[in-house]
Amino acid sequence: MSSLQSYLLLSALLFSIGLAGALTRRNAILVLIGIELMLNAANLNFIAFWRYGPTPSKLTGIMFAIFSISVAAAEAAVGLGIILAAYRHSKTTDLDQMNSLKG
Amino acid sequence: MTAAFLILATLTVAGTAAAMGLRNAVHCVLALTVGFAGVAALYLQLDAQFVGFTQVMVYVGAVAILAVFAIMMTHSPTPVPLPAYSRHWLAGSIVAAAVFAVLAWAIRAGSTSAPCLPPQPGISVQQIGDALMHRYVLPLEIMGLLLTAALIGAVVIAMDRKEESK
Repeated sequence: MSSLQSYLLLSALLFSIGLAGALTRRNAILVLIGIELMLNAANLNFIAFWRYGPTPSKLTGIMFAIFSISVAAAEAAVGLGIILAAYRHSKTTDLDQMNSLKG
Repeated sequence: MTAAFLILATLTVAGTAAAMGLRNAVHCVLALTVGFAGVAALYLQLDAQFVGFTQVMVYVGAVAILAVFAIMMTHSPTPVPLPAYSRHWLAGSIVAAAVFAVLAWAIRAGSTSAPCLPPQPGISVQQIGDALMHRYVLPLEIMGLLLTAALIGAVVIAMDRKEESK
């Protein structure tokens, strides 16, 4: 197994762990963290393909990763703000209890 | 595959698996910082120093702290602790395992010839800054706009409406 493949396998494993967390946890904050983990796995793929690609001096993978990290930071801030607002409304962060749209 | 990669991969996978598996939410975030730091070290292994340190600053420094604050602010002392996993945890785990199986199969079957590692590119921060200011200046501006909108939006969403109506 080549070195690039091992990075891709690790990234797939990170993605699956994040997906499992996002699908199985009840706490909304931990679901958001699972989504962050999936974004991290994608970033790791960008960097691995950039490093093992034919022209690493073109910086494309690094730019993708930097912009992706910025979007993930904005998403985390807005997501946690929404969770705080939902908690103030329904007094819980349990996703199985937040099941009504109108409240 | 070097020993450093194996150690870092083990650390990262252990940290993230603990972050998604532990019952206490604060312990989850603490394990998550270990996982994020492991990913940052993997970036350094791949000669992407700038992205590695950005990862440390943004994820370990900001996102994890933000998650800890959110857990503190939404902590409600319930007499009976709620179960940590959803009712559909079995289906979720099966879906995640299936996704990993498909990805791993595609990775193993995808490339038969091992790509050789090109020489170390030696990217300096100055080159990244040049690229951000010339070729990628429009995405950079859009990103600034997005971050501003997200900042204002997060404050507006999380603001307590009852206070202003009183």
